[in-house]
Amino acid sequence: MSALQIKKGSTKHSAYNLRSTFSDVEERHTLAVIVDNEAGVLARVIGLFSGRGYNIESLTVAEIDHTGHLSRITIVTTGTPQVIEQIKAQLGRIIPVHQVNDLTVEGPSVERELALFKVEGTGDKRVEALRLADIFRANVVDSTLGSFVFEITGAPEKIDAFAELMRPLGLLEVARTGVAALARGAAA
Amino acid sequence: MVVQALKDQGVDVVFGYPGGAVLPIYDEIFQQNEIQHILVRHEQGAVHAAEGYARATGKPGVVLVTSGPGATNAVTGLTDALMDSIPIVVLTGQVPTFMIGNDAFQEADTVGITRPCTKHNWLVKDTEKLSTVLHEAFHVALTGRPGPVLVDIPKDVQFASGTYHAPQKGGTRRYQPQVKGDLESITELVAALETAKRPIFYTGGGVINSGPAASQLLRELVEATGFPITSTLMGLGAYPASGAKWLGMLGMHGLYEANMAMHGCDLMINIGARFDDRITGRVDAFSPNSKKAHIDIDPSSINKVIRADIPIVGDVAHVLEDMLKIWKARGRKTNKEGLSKWWSQIEEWRKVDCLKFEQKGKVIKPQYALKRLEELTKGYDRYVCTEVGQHQMWAAQYINFEGPNRWMTSGGLGTMGYGVPASIGVQMAHPDALLINVAGEASWLMNMQEMGTAMQFNLPVKQFILNNERLGMVRQWQELLHGERYSQSWSQSLPDFVKLAEAFGAKGILCSDPDDLDDAIMEMVNYDGPVIFDCLVEKHENCFPMIPSGEPHNKMLLGEASTKDAIGSKGAVMV
Repeated sequence: MSALQIKKGSTKHSAYNLRSTFSDVEERHTLAVIVDNEAGVLARVIGLFSGRGYNIESLTVAEIDHTGHLSRITIVTTGTPQVIEQIKAQLGRIIPVHQVNDLTVEGPSVERELALFKVEGTGDKRVEALRLADIFRANVVDSTLGSFVFEITGAPEKIDAFAELMRPLGLLEVARTGVAALARGAAA
Repeated sequence: MVVQALKDQGVDVVFGYPGGAVLPIYDEIFQQNEIQHILVRHEQGAVHAAEGYARATGKPGVVLVTSGPGATNAVTGLTDALMDSIPIVVLTGQVPTFMIGNDAFQEADTVGITRPCTKHNWLVKDTEKLSTVLHEAFHVALTGRPGPVLVDIPKDVQFASGTYHAPQKGGTRRYQPQVKGDLESITELVAALETAKRPIFYTGGGVINSGPAASQLLRELVEATGFPITSTLMGLGAYPASGAKWLGMLGMHGLYEANMAMHGCDLMINIGARFDDRITGRVDAFSPNSKKAHIDIDPSSINKVIRADIPIVGDVAHVLEDMLKIWKARGRKTNKEGLSKWWSQIEEWRKVDCLKFEQKGKVIKPQYALKRLEELTKGYDRYVCTEVGQHQMWAAQYINFEGPNRWMTSGGLGTMGYGVPASIGVQMAHPDALLINVAGEASWLMNMQEMGTAMQFNLPVKQFILNNERLGMVRQWQELLHGERYSQSWSQSLPDFVKLAEAFGAKGILCSDPDDLDDAIMEMVNYDGPVIFDCLVEKHENCFPMIPSGEPHNKMLLGEASTKDAIGSKGAVMV
């Protein structure tokens, strides 16, 4: 990822060497955690968050390397800088965790989320929904005479905004994947 | 295959209890002589015994129990070992793989239940992977910050045959914690060391876990710099109590001089301790004017509670070695003038003599009992275990430890019932040593069934019970915090401990007169076999010094007179 990659167990490049004082301000961080894809690994990560009282705003997990049996867990969490630092260190203690990257402090990153929206309506509402979907570059993936299912991809804020617009137009159901994120640039 | 893996890992003792789901492994144990199996009376006892064994030897303790209740009974011990960073390997039987999830007889989701109380755990569903997992389990338990691991083995996997893989050197690829500290940070610490006016070493269980070399290096460092040193409950013995620079234990029931020095220092060097709440007291008033260096092998310990100005992640022995090298290379400098002023201040605090007590009348004071125990047994090759409560704190205050691995106590979790089984594990490791379990009567009863184990394996453990017929520490807190309403803190219907000892086939000794105490202690020490010593002590003695919860180090209570309204409402909610 970036030059600030936090290798497991290392403090050399970790964020607390860069910050002078602890603050009480809650921050939102996106963490990318590379883990062995084995039974129970997600339970370990989630159990850590619930057991120690940390927040999870969003969590996405899928295998990313079939031959190497690696999965990537993307977690969006909030907390004071001290808590965020603890979360990273505690994640690093889990044996099947290979690497923890804090995309929020390690430089610019892109975050994307996919969502499906089911919108019910006829007449003007239906036309307006379709027009807004076009503006948001959402695709229609299912249609009946009285409903649409839109597929939309983007930053979480964009999806929030789309949801707000769809609500008065007959929004029935939402399915969101949670955030997937990568650091910008060529380094991995 | 399991037994072969244990042998290849150098295991010679296993603590366990058989049951349906581990019978194939027990069958293998029956057919060999290299590994001795210690049959405990309760699975919790097996884990504490393994902890005692591990602490007294530095080797991992091994436990073998069955599925379901066998595994759930092990949970307290696992949590205890996790909190105190003790390397133990627990093998549990499990129902056959094809029955998992069916609520089979004696089935429990063992890996699910033990996930938060182990460093790592495994469910092995494939015999081909069994030996590799077992070796990895030992590697994980011992490497980095030590801790308990658990391997859950279904019965069909135990029966099936597979390829055995011998352990590989260096353990597994995926778990290799950093042991060498960052040299830049160590140099920064050395520079701070050279100029500090009021430095203090604050050491913990990490020094002992790091091995005998770490204790040796610590001693060298302390002698060479002339800095004062204090230690947590877990770290006692890393620096000898007879050493001139020793201030005694710190923390909630630590010594006045140790806590005052922590509060007033300008450089705090934390070596293998974790700023536990028993140590820090009120965090925002903890040692307000000091620069804090923190050496710990676990990155998550750093900045968890107290912000470290100089964080160093690494193994204590490795870091101390580098630290000494760099300090020597830079000319062995210290701030002599500042240090001598600092020591004269410490001497003033020492004069308070915070552990003084008066033994008068015909009732034994618990402090007196321990002081005599210390005097009479200090020349012996001695190991001390404790239960949890007032007696534990008094033992830490009045018994002196000259070397590491000689003091086993449940620190982080505070597990009553730890001492009896732990004493069995320690005595197994050192059959000829004098093993004393300092206990309170209430804690002692929690795992007293293990006296049967002691009898069966001829382990001459000495159970030294300070019997005040109270849950002493609970009673003390009720006195200080709850208007002297002593809710449920009386030990009623106590057994006759002498008869109890005889029922087990052990020796029972009763002592209630201070004049008889010395003879009674020596009778215990000289008896060749297990002893239950019932020492009737003052019933309402409180444990001092004490930092009331919610208060900083310089607000210590030194005795009865100072206790009135000492704990504010904010402190009362803390434990």
